Amino acid sequence: MTFSPELEKKLAKLIASYPPGKEKSALVPMLMFTQDEVGCITPELVQEVAKRLNIPPVQVDEVVSYYSMLHRKPMGKYHIQICTNISCLLWDADKLFEHACQKLGLGHKQVSADGQFSLEEVECIGACSWAPAIQVNYDFHHHVTPEKFDQIIDSLKKVQ
Amino acid sequence: MLYNEPSPLETRVLTRRFGLPNSAHIDTYLAHGGYRSFEKCLEMTQEQIIEEVKASNLRGRGGAGFPTGLKWSFVPRQSPKPKYIVVNADESEPGTCKDRVLMENDPHLLIEGVLIAAQAVGAKRGYIYIRGEYRYLIDIMDRAIEEAYSRNYLGKNILGRGIEFDLYTHTGAGAYECGEESALLESLEGKRGQPRIRPPFPAVAGLYQCPTVLNNVETFCAVPSIIEMGGKAWAELGVPKAGGTKLTCLTGHINKPGVYELRLGFPVEKMINEVGGGIRGGKKMKAFIPGGSSCPVLTGEEAWPLTMDYDSMAKAGTMLGSGGVIIMDEDTDMVKAALRIMHFYQHESCGWCIPCREGTTWLKKLLTRLDQGLGTSRDIDLVGDLAQNMLGRTFCPLGDAAALPTISIVQKFRHEFEAKIAKVQVAMPASANHPFVVVQ
Repeated sequence: MTFSPELEKKLAKLIASYPPGKEKSALVPMLMFTQDEVGCITPELVQEVAKRLNIPPVQVDEVVSYYSMLHRKPMGKYHIQICTNISCLLWDADKLFEHACQKLGLGHKQVSADGQFSLEEVECIGACSWAPAIQVNYDFHHHVTPEKFDQIIDSLKKVQ
Repeated sequence: MLYNEPSPLETRVLTRRFGLPNSAHIDTYLAHGGYRSFEKCLEMTQEQIIEEVKASNLRGRGGAGFPTGLKWSFVPRQSPKPKYIVVNADESEPGTCKDRVLMENDPHLLIEGVLIAAQAVGAKRGYIYIRGEYRYLIDIMDRAIEEAYSRNYLGKNILGRGIEFDLYTHTGAGAYECGEESALLESLEGKRGQPRIRPPFPAVAGLYQCPTVLNNVETFCAVPSIIEMGGKAWAELGVPKAGGTKLTCLTGHINKPGVYELRLGFPVEKMINEVGGGIRGGKKMKAFIPGGSSCPVLTGEEAWPLTMDYDSMAKAGTMLGSGGVIIMDEDTDMVKAALRIMHFYQHESCGWCIPCREGTTWLKKLLTRLDQGLGTSRDIDLVGDLAQNMLGRTFCPLGDAAALPTISIVQKFRHEFEAKIAKVQVAMPASANHPFVVVQ
């Protein structure tokens, strides 16, 4: 497997940031960065990462199954993550999530047929004082009302 | 960028550069006293630096509140092994969003704090473990680190003084458990984030089994001002036994939620009514959590007379924790709140220790049933008993973190659980496939 030159550069820098012999440390960041480009953790990607870090593929698999941001199946182009944890819940995040399900026609961890959107109910994303909060891929949106949510989705649809 | 208006009641020590134009840039940092504390440390011995931190009464800001100077003094500095600095930026305690604003607005403050810690223990390498969701902060920190290299504050010959220190960012991938120090180290070594048995503690055997200083972002960010002001003066900002200021995240049913830097010992009433603008809609406060969802819950009446510091909260039977204050008004459904909190811990339990893995799963089932009004009063007792039996029976504090809020909610708000049960009348037993029949 080959990656884009920018990603290759990033990975080389990443591996060099650990002491000699401790390259396995790069595993989680490497999976995160490559997932961003590949779309999800495919079996080929597991093999490739294992080869590059010189570890058995099973060690990669056990790590993939542990972390909730590593996905075996591709998420949508816009992965909508809605926090419903306690601080957001107190600002009606549960209703926001229901609204999002209806607006997108998706449930928890579902992907739209055209692959544009996916929805996930997530745990605390660290925006508790500006609740309710959502993340679209890595971008934060604070104080999200149902109306604001619709605007965000509609503007993403226009971009397509 | 600031997400909420600052309050005039804040004591801005760590956050004093917030709001300056281009506050994350090294030029802004240098123009406002940046890296002077590190330069001052170059003239101090390791003992002197550690003594200064001890004198400041700085206690770990991640939640456990362990004295930082003492933690640093445990590092065997004579050991031939390399020493490491690890920054815990895996901020994921529900209710907490303070490390994020520190790194976003003043990344060089964190770098300077790390440099001072490195100088104090003789470390040559450090990692900032940032949760995966905070990707934009990794970019901000990487840029700041690059700037620090270009100005010779990081590298093989820092400021021409022959000192070596390299600093790197490392991303997590979504696991609350990795905020626990030993699980974080496992994750940093490229493994599943499962806790280690302690002792040995990370100060002695941390990253790659080498001596490691591992602290929260806010803890490191406090260090430059301690060196600048002197430990004693810094201690006096707070209360006896806990010095300085604390970034406090006001969340929940409050008029002006936000992150505010307040002196330790700040009165709860003043914090809610004056800093936070009072309870939303002029309502009454039903429940109060001082420092993230792992802390035992207080009723409004219990919380009003307290002050925001470690001892005051401990006396009231809870913890100052991470400073993630969660405020719930009189209309809050406490059964739902207990269920949501348990839903989180059940999701995040790493599965390593059975009392936590099974306990959180069963508690979630019981609480779901109770929330639907389908439980019995025996279930309420069972929730309390089960949670009680998780306490102290796990390698890491996640088991306790799940049990403590649950026990306190059941104890203090039992009437709400009973009211839910009373509302729905259930005839049992019914057929095996439908054990509960709701009688309308």
